[in-house]
Amino acid sequence: MTAKRSAVNYGGVVMKKAILGKKIGMTQVFNKEGKAVPVTVIQVTPNVVVQKKTKENDGYEAIQVGFDDAKESRVTKPLKGHFSKAKVAVKRYLRELRLEDVAAYEVGQEIKADIFTEGEKVDISGVSKGKGFQGTIKRYNAHTGPMSHGSKFHRAPGSMGASSDPSRTFKGKKLPGHMGDERTTVQNLEVAKIYPEKNVILVRGGVPGIRGSLVMIKNTVKVK
Amino acid sequence: MDLVKIIENEQLRNDIPGFRVGDTVKVSVKVVEGTRERIQAYEGVVVRRQGGGLSATFTVRRISYNVGVERTFPVHSPRLDKIEVVRRGKVRRAKLNYLKGRVGKAAKIKELR
Repeated sequence: MTAKRSAVNYGGVVMKKAILGKKIGMTQVFNKEGKAVPVTVIQVTPNVVVQKKTKENDGYEAIQVGFDDAKESRVTKPLKGHFSKAKVAVKRYLRELRLEDVAAYEVGQEIKADIFTEGEKVDISGVSKGKGFQGTIKRYNAHTGPMSHGSKFHRAPGSMGASSDPSRTFKGKKLPGHMGDERTTVQNLEVAKIYPEKNVILVRGGVPGIRGSLVMIKNTVKVK
Repeated sequence: MDLVKIIENEQLRNDIPGFRVGDTVKVSVKVVEGTRERIQAYEGVVVRRQGGGLSATFTVRRISYNVGVERTFPVHSPRLDKIEVVRRGKVRRAKLNYLKGRVGKAAKIKELR
């Protein structure tokens, strides 16, 4: 299982390129063949490099980027100082990106939608929609029992395991519990269209999270 | 304005004539054959219009070689060269599913005058 939201660390993996965006919603576009393609609209207003983490100073290399302009009154004084040191407008989100070529970035530099091209495959991470406390049917796609014909086994989790040997339930047994609201990555989504002047990327298919939530678009790890 | 609306609006076509369920229309469809593209006409009765905005579709029914054929097109599809209204029909239903079992005179739709 992936880590819960509190443990979200956007800088864990070394990536080629990445950008933060905001999920706006879904619609459809007609592609070059004239076929309707379902797409998710992601707004990627320029990400600004706020800080560079270096090996000497921090023990690892990364850039810290800010995304989405915020009202100054919504930001704490220490954070305001952090932004003013980089001479960058106050941003709502700050995330670290562990990129391969950290040296190529300068503080204050903007990362824009044009780092991706149309037709490219990308991975997208976000925090999935919370589903609350759910049973094994919805949470793990378990099968239901028959609802009628005298059956008394409907949606229960079923067997807890074998009997006197091992005399316990194994760890990781799929049981009811909280579902959703965790960091999820969808791999291999195709970039359907890019509007560089509008700072918008359209990605074929669905993306985790509610509308308005923060998502990270990065190069795909599966296909070259 | 909402970004989704902006993206949808720029794809909407404004050269689509107003047509309704019951109308007979001639749809010119662009067909790709190998490398070249040609236009194929498909004429029949509109039996349903569904959805709204960019995702709206309509279904056209025709009898081809004694077999009923229904094709559904997205209204704003760039594959449609043009839509011509041949005849306006007078119907009292939004979905003309009753045409499915009928042939010949029984499947006739009165013209709107």
